[in-house]
Amino acid sequence: MPEISTGDTAWLLMSSALVLLMTPGLAFFYGGMVRSKSVLNMMMMSFISIGIVSVLWVLYGFSIAFGDTGNGLWGGLGEIGLGELIGKAADNGGYYPIPALVFAMFQLMFAIITVALITGAVADRMKFLAWGIFAALWATIVYFPVAHWVFDFGGTELGEGAGWLANLGVLDFAGGTAVHINAGAAGLALAIILGRRIGWPKTLMKPHNLPFVLLGAALLWFGWFGFNAGSALGATPTAALAFATTMIATATAVLGWVVVERVRDGHPTSLGAASGAVAGLVAITPACAFVSPIGAIAIGFLSGVLCALAVGIKFRFKFDDSLDVVGIHLVGGIVGSLAIGLFATTSVNELGKDGLFYGGGIQPLLTQSIGVVAVLAYSFVVTFGIGYLLHKTIGFRVSEDVEVGGIDLVEHAETAYDLAAAAGPVGGTRIPTGAGLAQKKVNA
Amino acid sequence: MKLVTAVIKPFKLDDVRTALESFGVHGMTVSEASGYGRQKGHTEVYRGAEYTVDLVPKIRLEVLLEDDDVDDVVEVIVKTAQTGRIGDGKVWVVPVDTIVRVRTGERGADAL
Repeated sequence: MPEISTGDTAWLLMSSALVLLMTPGLAFFYGGMVRSKSVLNMMMMSFISIGIVSVLWVLYGFSIAFGDTGNGLWGGLGEIGLGELIGKAADNGGYYPIPALVFAMFQLMFAIITVALITGAVADRMKFLAWGIFAALWATIVYFPVAHWVFDFGGTELGEGAGWLANLGVLDFAGGTAVHINAGAAGLALAIILGRRIGWPKTLMKPHNLPFVLLGAALLWFGWFGFNAGSALGATPTAALAFATTMIATATAVLGWVVVERVRDGHPTSLGAASGAVAGLVAITPACAFVSPIGAIAIGFLSGVLCALAVGIKFRFKFDDSLDVVGIHLVGGIVGSLAIGLFATTSVNELGKDGLFYGGGIQPLLTQSIGVVAVLAYSFVVTFGIGYLLHKTIGFRVSEDVEVGGIDLVEHAETAYDLAAAAGPVGGTRIPTGAGLAQKKVNA
Repeated sequence: MKLVTAVIKPFKLDDVRTALESFGVHGMTVSEASGYGRQKGHTEVYRGAEYTVDLVPKIRLEVLLEDDDVDDVVEVIVKTAQTGRIGDGKVWVVPVDTIVRVRTGERGADAL
């Protein structure tokens, strides 16, 4: 076991906290986009995901994803409970000079946000309990194994028990496939099973709080430095490259998206600027440590433009991917993952590859395509299965009156902007302790 | 007594209110409203999809008056709120049976 590096460890502790912040950031990003009657439900789905996935991660999630006793498909159950990790250095196809527990916490944050990303497709209309059960099942059957496929490079030896996509040479530095294509494909499946919101697509459902959306996008951008540069697993030159390309691609994608809107719709919208930032972040994620700063501009611009065009797909095919999980995360993830096959260059990172534009031929692009198709297909099919099962058993969708009246009040007994109740007695009168229960019995 | 109701463009509220005050109208009720008239709404493009916006935001303004003042007040409102473009709104007048001032119980013209 190598000596622990305090510098690397400090950066990874910091990065873990940064990546955690992305999920509340996502809650604001999504929460601002829905209508005021369902903002709390939207944000709660992200928050509850933090709770559910964290517990599962400790119990068995880490072991399935990064355990050293499995094979190419899963990590086995050798490291359930995380107790095995205490006092050890992180290993992932060789040792890293950081505590294994820090690595486990860092990767936990990825699992959380991947689950939370899906909620954008089910806005306004999903039973909260059904979401909780879905989140647990999806993390277990989809995210944990897929993270192993992509992110696990082995134990103390490179390749030993590594994920099958990692072994195949699919490059995904921080989660273009495992996180974004994975969540995007799941969002598509759920949107199809759940059906459209009442009134969609005829009614314009504008975001109720665009400052929230911009705040959320800003928090995501900030946290994403941990996501991408932290994935170097050290305070290294690779981290510096990932940090730089993340910044560059995201800034460019904002421009790309807003230009499309200005030309196509006549107005550059704040929703577009926020979405463009996220699209750029998504697309650079798999590629951030494999491309040059100029490559990052190309990927950022491509993702900004293509995702801005892609959010229209749902109107053509009539699936209510309410907050554009497909248009941004699935499409952005595909753009970034395939862009590695074009723009990657070993001149910036010798662990990477040379893409098509750097004399590497077509092979890297084909390898990347395998990663894209494998994760997309697995996630879509299994999510569809889980969703269908829940749909047929406990029911997935709230009733029509709940959806129209607002899911917040019925599912959570709260409304986000309860100004009338704050001003006076219209909010309800307290029943003395005990009397309420007695009343309930009478009513029953 | 009469109730004058005017549905006008929101940005004209300040002008109309000032004009009515200088005419000597003591009180009014203003509420946000939405609706459409002959020209219907308009179309709007958002996030790449085109929508028809049927209901356009308006201000609904209500004034209680003595019969003699009605014609003048209607004229003041129409003159001030007019832009000549579509969506300028409407003004209508209905008779009122009784008016009661809640604080004092005064009735009829005294309650105005």
